[in-house]
Amino acid sequence: MSAQAPNVPPESPEQAAETGTLAARIWLRQRSGGVLVPVFTVVIAFLIGGAVVAASGHNPFTAYHDILDGAGLNWFAHPTTDTVNTAAYNLTQTLLATTTLILTGLAVAFAFRCGMFNIGGQGQYFVGLFVANWIGTSWVSMAAGPHVVLGIAAAALAGAVWAGIAGFLKATVGAHEVISTIMLNWIAYWAGSYFIGDGGPLQNSANASLPVSNDVVPGAQLPVFWGDQVLQGVHIGFFIALAALVVFWLVLNRTTLGYEVRAVGFNPEAAAYGGINVKKNLIRAMAISGAFAGLAGGLDMLGYLYRISVSDIPVSQVGFLGIAVALLGRNTAVGVGLAAFLFGALLFGTTHGLQSGSIDPQLASNLTYIIQGLIVLFVGADVLILYVWNSRRRLRRRAQVVA
Amino acid sequence: MAEEFVLEMRGIRKEFPGIVANDDVSFELARGEVHALLGENGAGKSTLMNILYGLYKADGGEIRLGGRPVTFASAKDAIEAGIGMVHQHFMLIPVMTVAENIVLGNEPVRDGVLLDESGAEERVRDLSQRFGLAVDPTALVSQITVGQQQRVEILKALYRGADILILDEPTAVLTPQEAIELFEIIRSLQADGKSIIFISHKLNEVLEIADRITVLRRGKTIETVPREGATQESLARAMVGREVLLRVEKPPAQPGATLLEVRDLLVVDDRGIEKVSAVSFDVRAGEIVGIAGVDGNGQSELIDAITGLRRAAAGTIKVAGRECVHATPREMLDAGVGHIPEDRQRRGLVLEFSIAENIALHDYADPPDAKWGWLFPSRLVERARMLIRQFDVRGGGPLTRAGGLSGGNQQKVIVAREISRDPKVLIAAQPTRGLDVGAIEYLHRRLVEERDEGRAILLISLELEEILSLSDRILVLYEGRIVGEHEGEASEEEIGFEMLGGKREAA
Repeated sequence: MSAQAPNVPPESPEQAAETGTLAARIWLRQRSGGVLVPVFTVVIAFLIGGAVVAASGHNPFTAYHDILDGAGLNWFAHPTTDTVNTAAYNLTQTLLATTTLILTGLAVAFAFRCGMFNIGGQGQYFVGLFVANWIGTSWVSMAAGPHVVLGIAAAALAGAVWAGIAGFLKATVGAHEVISTIMLNWIAYWAGSYFIGDGGPLQNSANASLPVSNDVVPGAQLPVFWGDQVLQGVHIGFFIALAALVVFWLVLNRTTLGYEVRAVGFNPEAAAYGGINVKKNLIRAMAISGAFAGLAGGLDMLGYLYRISVSDIPVSQVGFLGIAVALLGRNTAVGVGLAAFLFGALLFGTTHGLQSGSIDPQLASNLTYIIQGLIVLFVGADVLILYVWNSRRRLRRRAQVVA
Repeated sequence: MAEEFVLEMRGIRKEFPGIVANDDVSFELARGEVHALLGENGAGKSTLMNILYGLYKADGGEIRLGGRPVTFASAKDAIEAGIGMVHQHFMLIPVMTVAENIVLGNEPVRDGVLLDESGAEERVRDLSQRFGLAVDPTALVSQITVGQQQRVEILKALYRGADILILDEPTAVLTPQEAIELFEIIRSLQADGKSIIFISHKLNEVLEIADRITVLRRGKTIETVPREGATQESLARAMVGREVLLRVEKPPAQPGATLLEVRDLLVVDDRGIEKVSAVSFDVRAGEIVGIAGVDGNGQSELIDAITGLRRAAAGTIKVAGRECVHATPREMLDAGVGHIPEDRQRRGLVLEFSIAENIALHDYADPPDAKWGWLFPSRLVERARMLIRQFDVRGGGPLTRAGGLSGGNQQKVIVAREISRDPKVLIAAQPTRGLDVGAIEYLHRRLVEERDEGRAILLISLELEEILSLSDRILVLYEGRIVGEHEGEASEEEIGFEMLGGKREAA
């Protein structure tokens, strides 16, 4: 990663700040921090989270221990295939959450590498959910294999189109993608409420009083490879998510498309000078980005949710968590994978691991969001952390000079 | 001779990881003197001045101010000790007025807390009158010219009580006229007893303004000489460490077929203002056509139109006889137009990319770099390694980040990329801006070589000297029109006159 030749003087900070996009600058700063900074960030976030727990009158160590157990991480100490075993069950749930977060994280990371901030992962995830539900509840007699593939592909495509709208608006009229993706989130949100709500096209056909969709037919459900399907086992979508990490890396580093994405992300003007069509790349990168989030929705729907109710919509946060995953994961494939696992474990561990004795129940479900918020805050405060780190080194060197 | 030194720096040493930026550097500044610090990019001038200004801590050596040893922990200490620095990149707040910027950090107040707006303006007016630095204290910084912004920076330093003024490459951002005005300002500061350190790598300037000249090379002091007796040649030799050819040697041109044909070209800028009006000219194989002109007279828009980066509103462009209508940058590249852009960091390179990736910037999607959309990084690296050797790029290998290279080597990467594509037409826009003597010599020689290879070269430069020494034909651009054309020996005065619009009616 750091291929800087040893005989090159460090470039001036002004130079770094002068050129390139926001993405380029953050990228540069993050590279200078290495892997230490994200690890440090997580540790501090956990410390502060612990302080909050302590302030509420509970023992933070017990709370974190419970979260670890709740996330099923104690399974690694006593591995067993028995899924009735609580640790194994908890781990399957953590992996389910990880699957989703890998993909929503990639959705943010890919756009980021093209110099854009995709806040719309949540909306793209929603359209993926809805489309997969529609495909999965229609064509009941379709063969299982094609039905699953069609459902997943349609969900990814829907996410791509949804995000592509924001890319198109940016490329043509210059609408900022942060604004337009937020707007699109709300459109997806309310469109979903209409689809599933009273009289909506996706509403339950058997019981018209329930604001719930139909169930995905068994033929369109993803095979479960670990755990009980009735109790939400880990479906093969987990491997699709892992494959997506590999694809993400390959596309960015081993294809001309990825070269264009990175060139535009770092310096659109130089990219245009190089003969790259910048507008096309903005639209395409957003679409690919949205495909990841749409895929997340598709896998969730066909993998374990099977149905969605109106009340599920406001609760869903995985698209937004993807932002934290991408930021913490440095927008790299490996980083996103690890960060997704961390947040997946937190998400399930806090909601299911914490007994009311070890933590204030009001706090339990919110601890993930506290830690998430702190991590996002600290990622933004990278400069500060690096500055403190460097000035410490400066001080030490000064002390040596004096001595 | 008992000279009084206001500043002595002795045995200064500063190391960065892997490089000794200052190695036993000594520098003395007499009261009321203009002392030039001359050296190539990366010679250690900026490092030395950053140490003096408290931005870096020296690893060794001592600094004496008025005979007393001092140590600066920060720029604040240096400012309090009477040192002011005007950086290459100005540090002004564009939305504030000139007066507000100048008093920032040390504001006159009334009633204890409120900014004394009129008091500030008054003091700024006093200062600017005393030193002949004409600038309106009530103007917003965003609305004044670069030259005026520089005066604001100087005033800011004076306001804080600077006796020693460091000017870091002050003319790099100025037009020739503004540079002349700056020199007058420097002389009036000098007359007032201020001591000035003038950092530059331009020989003619240094010889014009400095009383003494200290030359740095690779982090070491080479010599300190008085202006009397110094010549451009002797200074260049000290800077580079070998004999340097300051004049370009070129045999007469052997022009061939017309490769670039521009007819009645009309280009408007983003605001819809006409920047290039009915421009027509030809560039033939084996000749260098220079376009002279003061900055902002349509050069950038002309280049953008020829390279496809901006759509021409009217007119035709033919490359090697083929008409290119509303061509995209990609189409112009494919038609055989190479382009060394005027802003190498903003446009010519993706600084975060490696050298290898930058060399592939035009051809990344074509074999052998890629096939069916699949990229072969090892082939990029292989090609880069070859070009790095061929074009003598120093400071890193194929995987080195382009942003980590010196300006001269960045330019070599661009030149290597453009020339290796074997273009028919090569557009060189300000190819030597910000480069040091050695790199300029290399680039000029290279351009003449490429001309002799049979390329049509269009040279756009703000430095008249460069145009005069390289071009076989010269066109003068003024307010978007060609107002003069010269072949063979052209007089500098005449072209300079036309550049300011002097012969517009006659043309």
